[in-house]
Amino acid sequence: MSLILAVAKNRLLNLRRDRAAFVLAFVLPVAFFTILASIFAGAGRAATRQIALVVVDEDQSDASKRFVAGLKAEAGLSVGLKPGREDDPNGPLYTAAQAEQAVRKGDVPAALVIPRGFGERAIAFGPGADRVALHLLADSGDPIAPQVVNGLVQKVAMTSMPATLARTGMAQVDRWSGGLTPEQKARMEAAIGEIDKPRGDGAATSAAPRGAGGLVAVETRDVVGEKKKNPTVTFYAAGLGVMFLLFSATGAGGALIEEAESGTLDRILSTRVSMTKLLLGKLLYLSGVGVAQLTLMFVWGAIFFGLELWSHIPGFLIMTAATALVCSAFGLMLASVCRSRMQLVALSNLSILLMSALGGSLFPRFLMSEKLQKIGLITLNAWALDGFQKIFWRDEPLWAIWPQVTVLLGLAVAFFLAARRIAERWEAA
Amino acid sequence: MPATALPLEIRDVSKSFADRRALDGVSLELRPSEILGLLGPNGAGKTTLVRSVASRVRPEKGSVRVLGFDATDDRARAVRGWVPQEIALYPLLSPRENLWTFGRYQGLTGPVLDRAIAESLEWVDLSDRADDKTDKLSGGMKRRLNIAAGTIHGPKVLLLDEPTVGVDPQSRERIYAMIGELKDRGVSLLYTTHYMEEAERLCDRIAIIDHGRIIASGTKDDLVRQTVGARQAVTIDAAAEIPAALAGKLTALGAQRDGLQVRVSVQDPAEAIRNLLELFHAERVPVRDLTLKTPTLEQVFLQLTGRELRE
Repeated sequence: MSLILAVAKNRLLNLRRDRAAFVLAFVLPVAFFTILASIFAGAGRAATRQIALVVVDEDQSDASKRFVAGLKAEAGLSVGLKPGREDDPNGPLYTAAQAEQAVRKGDVPAALVIPRGFGERAIAFGPGADRVALHLLADSGDPIAPQVVNGLVQKVAMTSMPATLARTGMAQVDRWSGGLTPEQKARMEAAIGEIDKPRGDGAATSAAPRGAGGLVAVETRDVVGEKKKNPTVTFYAAGLGVMFLLFSATGAGGALIEEAESGTLDRILSTRVSMTKLLLGKLLYLSGVGVAQLTLMFVWGAIFFGLELWSHIPGFLIMTAATALVCSAFGLMLASVCRSRMQLVALSNLSILLMSALGGSLFPRFLMSEKLQKIGLITLNAWALDGFQKIFWRDEPLWAIWPQVTVLLGLAVAFFLAARRIAERWEAA
Repeated sequence: MPATALPLEIRDVSKSFADRRALDGVSLELRPSEILGLLGPNGAGKTTLVRSVASRVRPEKGSVRVLGFDATDDRARAVRGWVPQEIALYPLLSPRENLWTFGRYQGLTGPVLDRAIAESLEWVDLSDRADDKTDKLSGGMKRRLNIAAGTIHGPKVLLLDEPTVGVDPQSRERIYAMIGELKDRGVSLLYTTHYMEEAERLCDRIAIIDHGRIIASGTKDDLVRQTVGARQAVTIDAAAEIPAALAGKLTALGAQRDGLQVRVSVQDPAEAIRNLLELFHAERVPVRDLTLKTPTLEQVFLQLTGRELRE
């Protein structure tokens, strides 16, 4: 027993001396938890995120305007009416076609079109009733947004158009009761007028939605991915692919540290191979391995999970090459910063997990709050995943990925230059 | 390359790290087909000097020229080989793959590279282990492969940094033979070592470095003459008490006495030993042991640096 304790104590003594292991064991989990918890707390939960919604009011009636105002007051929605600046009073409004385009491109997860005649026949009671349906344009990659929008539309209909609701009710009573007297009608109209008067802030959102069966009809139509067999496969193939590419690139980049420790790097640098050539050679190797890894991942997905690889080969190759290059340059940069393998393991775990969480490798970015989606753009994961989504999910043409490819290549160059600069410490002293 | 250029010409080289002066105006030259031993205590500046020849250290002052080319020049890289003290090889690769790597890094290609690999494997006696993993080789084999990786491109000037550290005597002999073969091929070698006997045996000339300065250089005999002188040491162990009369005569000869042991520094050992033995015989003091010692490099080193080499 005392020998077992001695072994345990020996390990404890070792741990105390090995700072990297110490950081990995205690500091890293707490740091990672703190960062993720503070980022995702509240803002990250899918149910409470603010959903960006483009609204097209083709009706332009009092009722539809009131309805749009109600939607805008809704805390769960971020309503956009204009393709340009929202606060420009003369800016043109979205058309239905533009709204559909915005959903297709992934600018917003959903759009709501209020067709002509909505104000006249917005609300009806009972199934099969004669009413004008709202058109909800959705992206089937985001299963949550349309449902949330639908619920909020019902709530807003109830709270923002009480007069319309009451008049519809009065008309029903009028019809089924065999006719109201003009005096009854005048009194009810006066009461409805009272309801209609604007109330204080928050009135529109204070009422809880009741009768979720649907006062207003909403026809949901998937404008993206409606024919896709397996919506989540592309996401996970790209998301996990990028994350593991980063892990393997930093791991393999660690060879540089081993070469430095063994004296091999010294020997190499005394030959005709310069540091720049050495790093470029490593970049070439790491990128090649990265392309092979992503290709394997996607081919596997195509064979077993119905990922539509064969119809997207050119886009896949461009995105894969750019992604492999940027991940490799990132790995080299991290390896050149670190003094030991253990340091590299600690630093790469922290940075890659953080980038993967923020950049949408672990959890789709479109399910995050708008603010978090913007923050995510500081990660290479987000740009790589956006590119893959454009190709595989939105079926966009090749040229549409130029922003993603440009950013990825720019980052690759920046990471490589940084690695080269940091690696100067290994050059002649 | 310049026709008259020396294999290695180090002129007034200085280098500091932080506040430590590693090299302080070092000048040294290596002559054609010569083995120059570089001796010095730990921290004396040996490694910094070798690394500045290997262009891994940039001197603040002075110049290092390899066959007339600046040490950082690509032409210097082509004619210079470096065998670092560490086993600077890829442990997962085979000897053949390691040699391919460093041959390629030195600019060899195609059949020239293939031939160089085959010849190197043959030379270091690793042809039958050429495709095993390097980390499965014995310590001596790794040392030999380490040398081969530094010489695959046929350098004219070779830097050998303690190439026999941690090697068993048999492998050490093999490495000495390899170094002899290099010298016979006309390679000029700068050789740093911790082993005195190695320096005495292999090196044509020896330079002693301490505190970043070359404090002496020359052949072993030169160094001995310059420092401890050419005198040899005679030590006699008496088998009985030395009487006062004998002690007085010995002191007159300049001998030092330590109990039963007597030590005398002599110019002409044959005559000195005869005289000493006659004195002992005359006083009837039996002699138990007598030794004659020629001054060694160890003594030279001790005298110059005040330290043992392996301190």
